[in-house]
Amino acid sequence: MSARYTMGIDIGSTASKCVILKDAPNDGREIVSKALIPFGAGTSGPARVIDQALADCGYRKEDMAYVLATGYGRNSIEVANFEMSELSCHACGAHFLFPGVRTVIDIGGQDVKVLRVGERGVLDTFVMNEKCAAGTGRFLEVMARVLEVKLEDLATMSAQSTQRVDISSTCTVFAESEVISQLAQNKNRCDIINGIHRSVAVRVSGLARRVGVVKDVVMTGGVAQNSGVLLALEKELQTEIKTSPLSQYVGALGAALLAFRKLGNLEA
Amino acid sequence: MSENQEKKEAKVLLREVVDRVYQNAWDAKKRGEPVGWSSSKFPAEIAEALGLAVCYPENQAAAISAKHGGQRMCEHAESLGFANDICGYARISLAYAAGAECEEKTMPQPDFLLCCNNICNCMTKWYENIARMHDIPLIMIDVPYNNTTEVSEETVAYLKGQFQDAIKQLEKISGRKWDEKRFEEVCQNSNRTAKAWLKACSYCQYVPSPLSGFDLFNHMADVVTARSKPETAAAFEMLAEEYEQAVKNGTSTLPYEEKYRIMFEGIPCWPELRALFKPLKAKGINTTAVVYAPAFGFVYDNLDEMMRAYCKAPNSVCIETGVDWREGICRENKVDGVLVHYNRSCKPWSGYMPEMERRFRKDLSVPVVGFDGDQADPRNFSEAQYATRVEGLFELMEANKAQSGGK
Repeated sequence: MSARYTMGIDIGSTASKCVILKDAPNDGREIVSKALIPFGAGTSGPARVIDQALADCGYRKEDMAYVLATGYGRNSIEVANFEMSELSCHACGAHFLFPGVRTVIDIGGQDVKVLRVGERGVLDTFVMNEKCAAGTGRFLEVMARVLEVKLEDLATMSAQSTQRVDISSTCTVFAESEVISQLAQNKNRCDIINGIHRSVAVRVSGLARRVGVVKDVVMTGGVAQNSGVLLALEKELQTEIKTSPLSQYVGALGAALLAFRKLGNLEA
Repeated sequence: MSENQEKKEAKVLLREVVDRVYQNAWDAKKRGEPVGWSSSKFPAEIAEALGLAVCYPENQAAAISAKHGGQRMCEHAESLGFANDICGYARISLAYAAGAECEEKTMPQPDFLLCCNNICNCMTKWYENIARMHDIPLIMIDVPYNNTTEVSEETVAYLKGQFQDAIKQLEKISGRKWDEKRFEEVCQNSNRTAKAWLKACSYCQYVPSPLSGFDLFNHMADVVTARSKPETAAAFEMLAEEYEQAVKNGTSTLPYEEKYRIMFEGIPCWPELRALFKPLKAKGINTTAVVYAPAFGFVYDNLDEMMRAYCKAPNSVCIETGVDWREGICRENKVDGVLVHYNRSCKPWSGYMPEMERRFRKDLSVPVVGFDGDQADPRNFSEAQYATRVEGLFELMEANKAQSGGK
């Protein structure tokens, strides 16, 4: 039997991600292509990310046996055979990378989710943030802009912090003015960034405790690339948190894996 | 009854009953008679027995919200100085009382107020503000919070005292003498309505259900505004008959195939009914349980029982009674999951939801998912966030069914 390919597309609020999988021996799956475009729902990002993922592996849309879309913009993907929430996709994707996962913390552009995952990577329960940007990727973007630093530099600068600075507000707008006021007092930017990471960790850990934190804890989403937030969360939750260089692709990966499951149901 | 009237469906009759409540109030105002504003669970039997016209601000606020006037009215109240995190119904009502223009649902301004804090604690200050604005009497029935499942004799005596006092004040306002016989008749009507309402709600137990649970939210207007009227009882009895027939015919008011059944916990987001319904429809989810069924279907045989009945409202009962109500309807109506509205307008209701959620999960073994919203202020609701949560609930229910070898 020739190899089958599935595509998972995760259209978030700030980025579009695509993963192409193929069958591997022993019922396994292998990533043959992945792409990320830093533009999300309602932009050229979704179309571009699909084209790029296909171009990178040299396949065509027609070669995909099943396409599953997830994320905020999941309902606007024409090539998708099916749409699912990012909740099940993140649970499934995290389980693929870390089979021992029981808790997933996903911090995306405008959503924070904490998922409890069953033994087979099936979603057990979840909580999500309220209608507020505090603790999300967008919150960090706003803070980076005020501090005049690049988003990707937040982690290294946070690690250089020597003095504790508290950012107490949970509201993005008020936290922004708090940061401005700390800058006006000549506080070190590294210390302020460390305080920002701690405020995100406090907010997210509150959500996590609502569903109960069970090991292994895995962090997914773009913010997982920021080791400053990861460390602050580990301290706050008093537990090790695993992550992967593929953290931003976990939703798309889960979608591609679930596409295989859908395909299996169709073939059964 | 003419042939045309005979052909009317129960839902049409129920709508007419509510329309008549407001028309009666306008007519009374024109005749120079006093018109009252009443909280939804103030003992309606008193004003009805005295023939007083009464309007219901909670019902009005829900109607205004459903017609997308909620945000404008809330903003008007905020411009008067009321904080944006107090109840949306209160803000709409305060704005209307202050004279804000509102085409969505009008009613005459009040000459007296009937306030009972069994339904909500914000109610007292809300009504007190209106009493001051209009310089009118506020008749208050204070239902003490009850931390047990039983209502004590002392509470019954305390309520009866207030009940008698309310009668005296309303005799003065109406210029009419209290008629015990008329009161008994009104109580009979109220009981008949409650029984018919409960019966209609009970048809949600059938699989598939002959009704969309969202219908019950609409019919609530009758239970709130007209439960002491015989025409309300008759319309609910007819509704129950229609559901009975639908079960026999295998039809339903749900406009799609019912695949999953949930309890919708809390007041709907009235400004966003379409957005609330859309993902439920997409996934074949029907609401077959709403807490309003037990909360407003109260039946009593005598004055003491009536006092006890008025102690039982969603926000005035202890958590054990609240859990019993909800878990009872979840079991009877065979729900696969629970969708909890964390209502930013209602701090008491949202306040006990985390514990309620924990109990549902433990006792019912069904997935429970919460979302943030508001009964009247659309600014507190995000359609995309809600849709993701409903999809998550669907995926959890699907996994549960697959695990138990179901569909």
